[in-house]
Amino acid sequence: MTVSQLADALNLEALCGSAETMDAAVAGGYCGDLLSWVMGRAPEGAAWLTIMSNPNVAAVASLGSLSCVILTEGVRPDTQLLQRMISEDIPLLRSGEETFKLAGKIYKLLYA
Amino acid sequence: MEPLTLRYTVDGDSFTTAGEASTDMKRSLKRIGADADLIRRASICMYEGEINMVIHGGGGQASVTFDGQKMEIVLTDRGKGIPDIEAAMREGFSTATQEVRDLGFGAGMGLPNMKRYADEMVVESKVGAGTTVRMVLYDDPQRNA
Repeated sequence: MTVSQLADALNLEALCGSAETMDAAVAGGYCGDLLSWVMGRAPEGAAWLTIMSNPNVAAVASLGSLSCVILTEGVRPDTQLLQRMISEDIPLLRSGEETFKLAGKIYKLLYA
Repeated sequence: MEPLTLRYTVDGDSFTTAGEASTDMKRSLKRIGADADLIRRASICMYEGEINMVIHGGGGQASVTFDGQKMEIVLTDRGKGIPDIEAAMREGFSTATQEVRDLGFGAGMGLPNMKRYADEMVVESKVGAGTTVRMVLYDDPQRNA
């Protein structure tokens, strides 16, 4: 499943992401707000669900080679995060749903 | 593969620019066609090192050399040093301030992550004088096999 297909299936708001990166495969998922924890544990290509919205999120997503970041629980990115996600060309998505519920839906789409 | 030597100065005052050296290193490794898994491991090691230098070291110097097979990353700061390296290597051990934790850092995973993704790692530190972390990573396609 691609990032774009995931966004469509779950009605996620896409804040940025080029045609190429929206077409990248989502290889699993990871939930977490402690950046080093995510950096160390999130698998390559994962969709990362977080409520953390500062610019360091972009660095972790880029350096950890994640497929996309999904801000959950209605969180909005700060301006610097959005700018960095655009310049790193990593899709930034957003949802009003709780992390737990959204993760369950993603799990179902990817593995069930 | 073209050999690579990179040097960076890490600003000790800014969390928002932290990661610039790691990002540049990643770009340079991609350009010379280094293995994707090696690039990811090196990026994680370098980023954790950069963040540590900002949180604890007051900034510092980073150098990267890669001959196509062996990569060496050396991070040096003149910060407050680590009184108990063994404790600092344990997952969850942290001396970071609440302000740093509010940004999502300070979970006590920095050095453990570096050890996990590097093939060799040596930490030398003197309280009041600073810390040097040397990491070696090999381009080994069998590592994750």
